[in-house]
Amino acid sequence: MSDPGYSGFFKEQGDTAIVHAGDYLNKLSGERIERECRERLKGGCREIVVDFSQTEIVNSIGVSILLGVIDSAAGTGARVVFSDLNQNTVELFEMLGITKHVEVR
Amino acid sequence: MKDLNYKQPRINPLAAERGKLIHTFGALAELGQEVSNRQGFHETIRTSLHLILGSLAIMRGGVARFSRFSHELNMVAGRGLGDNFPLSLALCYEDERQFLAAGLYPIENSQAKALPFFQVYDRSLEISRVELVLPLIMRGELLGAVFLGEKASGDRYTSHDKDVLCAMGRHIGVAIAQRNMLAELERKAEENHDLYENLKTTYKDTVRAFAAAIDRKDKYTEGHSVRVGKYAEAIASELGWNAEEIEGAAVAGYLHDVGKITVERKIINAPYRINAKESSELNKHPGVGFEILQPIHHPYADVPLAAKYHHERIDGRGYPDGLYDTDIPYIAKLVNVADSFDAMTTDRPYKRRRPANEVIDDMKRNAGKQFAPELVTAFFRGMLRELNGESPERRFRKLLGREYMETEGLSAMLQTTLNEMAPTSPLTYVSFD
Repeated sequence: MSDPGYSGFFKEQGDTAIVHAGDYLNKLSGERIERECRERLKGGCREIVVDFSQTEIVNSIGVSILLGVIDSAAGTGARVVFSDLNQNTVELFEMLGITKHVEVR
Repeated sequence: MKDLNYKQPRINPLAAERGKLIHTFGALAELGQEVSNRQGFHETIRTSLHLILGSLAIMRGGVARFSRFSHELNMVAGRGLGDNFPLSLALCYEDERQFLAAGLYPIENSQAKALPFFQVYDRSLEISRVELVLPLIMRGELLGAVFLGEKASGDRYTSHDKDVLCAMGRHIGVAIAQRNMLAELERKAEENHDLYENLKTTYKDTVRAFAAAIDRKDKYTEGHSVRVGKYAEAIASELGWNAEEIEGAAVAGYLHDVGKITVERKIINAPYRINAKESSELNKHPGVGFEILQPIHHPYADVPLAAKYHHERIDGRGYPDGLYDTDIPYIAKLVNVADSFDAMTTDRPYKRRRPANEVIDDMKRNAGKQFAPELVTAFFRGMLRELNGESPERRFRKLLGREYMETEGLSAMLQTTLNEMAPTSPLTYVSFD
């Protein structure tokens, strides 16, 4: 998969939005992911799938942005799915209690 | 929500603790770096908020900056607090005292109900599910506060968590302190700028008052200094000088005759050609003017020199020192042109104002003798541009009067004179016919 640009990190399938986290998640610019997720949730999206296949590590900024996505989804009753996480990221999310709020695939 | 098929990995508790520590230290290191990076304050605070929330996986939070003036905590960044969370939260002195007493240690919302702040904002804090308020303190001064919601794990904050928050709060406090310092510097700079502008206005008013005082001595040349100032300004502007320099030229023009204050009124107002003794008395005014102006700290250094040397001539036949061309300060040469033009175009006790064609001819003939030629051409150019409507200002019309400026053929006369005075090279006249 090529490096997704701002306009390209979303893919929509029905009422599911697939987000390619990439490295954008770990920077302030990752707020855009959170904003766009919120927009889609407002628009009726029922499931957000965050694809971590191109994400090696998730730092604190990334964690905060993901929590923002989770919080927004919880507000609309939508589901958040994390997919293709590497082992380190899974362990981190476990330790921080994030996996309590999402489905991990 | 959890996938039932997902198998939770077995993590060694020690390894988990180590992983948590690494994650937290990473956030702390990034926060330190973020604060020392010189990027925008709001970006720094937003990033800091993400780092603090992400380090302990806190669901929501916000950072506020304390204003000593309004005694309010003003929200700078927030995430997940909801649209109804106040943007400004007022603090009373008791709150401030208690916040300072907490000394950069998180205050638990549930245990601080006695404080006025937590009573006033109880509902907002509850709706936004704020569990902790971390006062940001530096050198005994309250700088702001961080509002923090619950942890994603649902666990209570441990003392270790609170220590981490303290360390992070210190960094955010530094960022706010830096911003406050910068804001204070900006405020002081603005204040200084205003003071400087006021001083400049006072200086200009004083200069104008001086010019008016000088002109009051001579009923025939009433307004002379002001007009010379305006002509000097026109020449400087035509020479492409910057605003400060143009202002300096105007001031030099306004004050060039200040020395006349000490000359007897009957000499200045003499309705006849003054004798040698009176002339000698009058000719002292440039030196006296210099003595008056020299001790004053002018924003434009050449002002006293303009007063002293505005009667010098390029050919060395002027006074008081008989200086030649390059020895004469440029500002004095400029004022000389403005002064002479005004003397020729206003009525004097013993002489009527001269018609425009004579004045132009006189100045042209004396360019290189009395006047610096480029200053004469600059003067004519300014006049011509106004006549041709190429200049938005109507400086010359105001100073000389409409009738004078509408002298028949004035524009053509100026154009011809300028063509004649323009420096030429032999190439100009080469003909290929």
